Amino acid sequence: MGIVSSSIARKVAMALSGLFLVVFLAQHFTINFSSVVSPDTFNEWSHFMGTNGLVQFALQPVLILGIIFHFVMGIILEIKNNRARVHSYKKYRGSANSSWASRNMIISGLVILAFLGLHFYDFWVPEIIYKYVDVNEAMESRYYPELVHKFESPVRVGLYCLAFVLLIFHLWHGFASSFQTMGWNNKYSKAIKGFTKFYAVAIPVGFIFIALYHHFNQLPH
Amino acid sequence: MSKIESHVPSGPLSDKWTKHKNDINLVNPANKRNIDVIVVGTGLAGGSAAATLAELGYNVKTFCYQDSPRRAHSIAAQGGINAAKNYQGDGDSTYRLFYDTIKGGDYRSREENVYRLAEVSANIIDQCVAQGVPFAREYGGLLDNRSFGGVLVSRTFYAKGQTGQQLLLGAYAAMNRQINRGKIQSFTRHEMLDLVIVDGKARGIIARNLVTGEIERHSAHAVVIASGGYGNVFYLSTNAMGSNVTASWKIHKRGAYFANPCYTQIHPTCIPVSGDHQSKLTLMSESLRNDGRIWVPKKKEDAEAIQQGKLKPTQLKEEDRDYYLERRYPSFGNLVPRDVASRAAKERCDAGFGVNKTGEAVFLDFASAIMRYGKEAAEIQKIENPSEDKIRELGEKAIENKYGNLFQMYEQIVDENPYKTPMKIYPAVHYTMGGIWVDYNLQTTIPGCYATGEANFSDHGANRLGASALMQGLADGYFVLPYTIGDYLADDIRTGAISTELPEFEQAEREVRERLQKLVNNNGTKSVDHFHKRLGKIMWNKVGMSRNAQGLQEAIAEIQELREEFWENVRVPGEMDGMNQELEKAGRVADFLELGELFAKDALHRNESCGGHFREEYQTEEGEALRDDENFMYVAAWEYKGTPSEAVLHKEELNYENIEVKTRSYK
Amino acid sequence: MKLTLKIWRQKNAQAKGSLETYQVNDVDGDMSFLEMLDVLNADLIENGQDPVEFDHDCREGICGSCSLQINGRPHGPKRHITTCQLHMRSFNDGDTVVIEPWRAKAFPVIKDLVVDRTAFDRIQQAGGYISVNTSGNTIDANSIPVEKDDADEAFNSATCIGCGACVAACKNASAMLFTSAKVSQFALLPQGEVEASRRVLNMVNQMDKEGFGACSNTGACYIECPKDISLENIARINREYLKASVEG
Repeated sequence: MGIVSSSIARKVAMALSGLFLVVFLAQHFTINFSSVVSPDTFNEWSHFMGTNGLVQFALQPVLILGIIFHFVMGIILEIKNNRARVHSYKKYRGSANSSWASRNMIISGLVILAFLGLHFYDFWVPEIIYKYVDVNEAMESRYYPELVHKFESPVRVGLYCLAFVLLIFHLWHGFASSFQTMGWNNKYSKAIKGFTKFYAVAIPVGFIFIALYHHFNQLPH
Repeated sequence: MSKIESHVPSGPLSDKWTKHKNDINLVNPANKRNIDVIVVGTGLAGGSAAATLAELGYNVKTFCYQDSPRRAHSIAAQGGINAAKNYQGDGDSTYRLFYDTIKGGDYRSREENVYRLAEVSANIIDQCVAQGVPFAREYGGLLDNRSFGGVLVSRTFYAKGQTGQQLLLGAYAAMNRQINRGKIQSFTRHEMLDLVIVDGKARGIIARNLVTGEIERHSAHAVVIASGGYGNVFYLSTNAMGSNVTASWKIHKRGAYFANPCYTQIHPTCIPVSGDHQSKLTLMSESLRNDGRIWVPKKKEDAEAIQQGKLKPTQLKEEDRDYYLERRYPSFGNLVPRDVASRAAKERCDAGFGVNKTGEAVFLDFASAIMRYGKEAAEIQKIENPSEDKIRELGEKAIENKYGNLFQMYEQIVDENPYKTPMKIYPAVHYTMGGIWVDYNLQTTIPGCYATGEANFSDHGANRLGASALMQGLADGYFVLPYTIGDYLADDIRTGAISTELPEFEQAEREVRERLQKLVNNNGTKSVDHFHKRLGKIMWNKVGMSRNAQGLQEAIAEIQELREEFWENVRVPGEMDGMNQELEKAGRVADFLELGELFAKDALHRNESCGGHFREEYQTEEGEALRDDENFMYVAAWEYKGTPSEAVLHKEELNYENIEVKTRSYK
Repeated sequence: MKLTLKIWRQKNAQAKGSLETYQVNDVDGDMSFLEMLDVLNADLIENGQDPVEFDHDCREGICGSCSLQINGRPHGPKRHITTCQLHMRSFNDGDTVVIEPWRAKAFPVIKDLVVDRTAFDRIQQAGGYISVNTSGNTIDANSIPVEKDDADEAFNSATCIGCGACVAACKNASAMLFTSAKVSQFALLPQGEVEASRRVLNMVNQMDKEGFGACSNTGACYIECPKDISLENIARINREYLKASVEG
């Protein structure tokens, strides 16, 4: 018995790490969105995030651990849940009683995981090499051009958009679900559910917008 | 010499139970650990008894044929449970509950048992609330009551239309607590197939594991039978499909007397039979008669038109309807007791006024209640000059609040909207007042073998009032048996464990095995259901709501023939080892085929009409039941002598010292 | 009407089962689903075949015995009913109906469509009760007032019939709706408060031990529940569990 082995505790851990990532997503979105409004603000904020010691050496590792935890726990839960039904139905109509999003968190999650790989390869790895391997000079103005450059390829933009569509599904179920898992069910639940659904759509759509904006903006007019 | 000795304690009625508890032997807690008790059946009576016995310290083994104790058929009781709490301050008392029950039972029950039942009824409610049974409450947080047929006070506690479920889950929870403590061993999917008697005492049972098919021996110092009633002898009843007489019948064959088998309750408000495929009948709670009016057409041609579907009941004018209960019983109207309402429905249908295609249904109409409640609601909501549609809408809302789930259930089964067209109902077999004869201690005529709940011949005489079955089951299990059984077990503290290697066990097991083998090896051509249905038809037509000597004699002969045919021609597919539901059914139907005959024999010997037993030869000019107190004020307890036809009658005379015996009148 | 049935047949717990095809003719719309199976079984018996075994008892939707996965859904296509309350008028002439047992590691098949649901009993035994003696020395019922809303809510949770449709429907075969309903009934009543922590910890522990999956809030359980047990119960058990864990 205990917090590690109980199904509810695992679910709560899953919910908490998910909520943490939701908060991170909002912050990430805010900075990215500034690139549409003002390249200078974007550069300034990016520079701060990229050079601030607290962000780099405290928040960044926590975030990475959070992501790893969420994924590892998600996969463990999926395996355990699959084991709870050894023989599957010959005919199973899950769509009659539950949403696609809720039944396929593992699929949306794995797509997002794949995207994160790409994302790390695109941004995070070059960033780390730039800063800590090659030890380049900090340069505040480099962020915006780098961003725009990444959205040049239509293939990459396409993959980017696909991942965010699946993120909509993932958040649509996951965000609201985390409150239920933590036992949050009271008179505010309805409002919270509304907010989570709004968030689930608005943020990924916002990311898609940013990608498309930069993609189409640099095409020859 | 007759073994009928009721062991009723002496003294004034109201002191008997207390005095008895003070006088009987107790078993000291350390010794209880060395005593085993078997409880067969885990409904309200068995579950509560098992929990309490285990709590007292006995080692209990429970047996049920279902996959969980929680599924026993007590779960299906709808209306409520009576208790003389007088929370409503409407003049209720132990005596009044006692009086109502005796009168409702048509003066055919044992006074002292009924008084004790009324006395402990209040404890049941305390007990259940402490266990967390969610009874209906008022806004003040206190318990709510409703009223039921045949009485003048509100003493029925309820949990919507699922009172039986909630009470059973309470008893099941109490059992679970003892299972967790290791004091109860629960054997589910097990069926008792014989009682083992050693030196004249009940010492164990033979049971079949319904999953593996294994025949098992279980020993104990006492055996409690709480396996319910035998209404399924009629094939169609409101009982569960698996409800059976087997445990009761086996102990009867081993020496327990069977009392008043002919007392059967036919419940007036059930959904009518829809075709030959019908496997069971569904009850609609008696509470519906508070607002529904029962009628059939006045003219036969209208009835025929309705039967053929050419006329709709709503098209029939008020003056063409015969509200026969209101006509015949102006003071109780639609709320006459169950037996009276059922017979009146049968009388109209037999006369050709039935209202469905089989001619076996009457209307239960809520139209006037809908309009009445609608007007009330309009008044309360201060709607001026409401249209008729508005009133109807408000009224339907009010009815939905009261009976919503029942209306839904009806619509589900019949596919008609009961808000718009009257319900069709017909009486169906519901409860059996008869059962194993027991003394004041609930002990049968076999020492060490007890019977509780519907399985015993009970406290309901010839007719049971609504909301009293749950009361009796829990009273027996929680508050009576656990004390009285100690009086017997006090002699067993030095006996030690009973060996299952005794020759008596071996013998009983061999007999069980042979019988099962005979069934599976029979190679007949007809299914078990085929025989069960035919038995049901005989019972319903000739031993049903009204009976006469000629019909009963025919029934006895026909049942005997059918029984022979069954053993020659029944086909039980599959094998003995492993799960085999057909084999389970075959064993049960074989027992019903014997019980049915005793049932008819009992009905034939009782030359009077009382409660649920109506003999056509004994009625008043107006068609009301005519009791014969001079010759039949006794319990008929039958002793098995090889076949049902040879059963020997023992009489337990009933004496009413605290109540004046009157003719029941609901006019 | 005529129907084609594809029914899971499995001789015993160890045997390998398969879907077998049967035809039934003369199906009447007024028949219940189980009565339709009775007709099939009568045919099978007369033709010397073994009838299909399935659990059933009260046939009025309250005992919780019947447990069939019909065309991919527990208790068939309609909401808020059990299999025994499903009538054949919900099907059309010529339909093919696939009938399978509940599928969960914790509900092993015993034979054909019969599964072993004693895991539910063991969850209840682990704490689904209030430890009060049944000796009749309890205090007067009305000395424990309970707010009507709480009493009604507790009743709603307590109407669970333990059929297992929630587990059958859940993609994780989770028993959270069942367990939470029982925990909720007692959590909502003052009588249940004393043992609340122990109860929820023990019952969840047993639930996990039985091999049920975890809840991922798909809500399938509540859609398929014949008694409309609400998802609030699951939020409540989560809350109660966390509270109990924190309090230690």
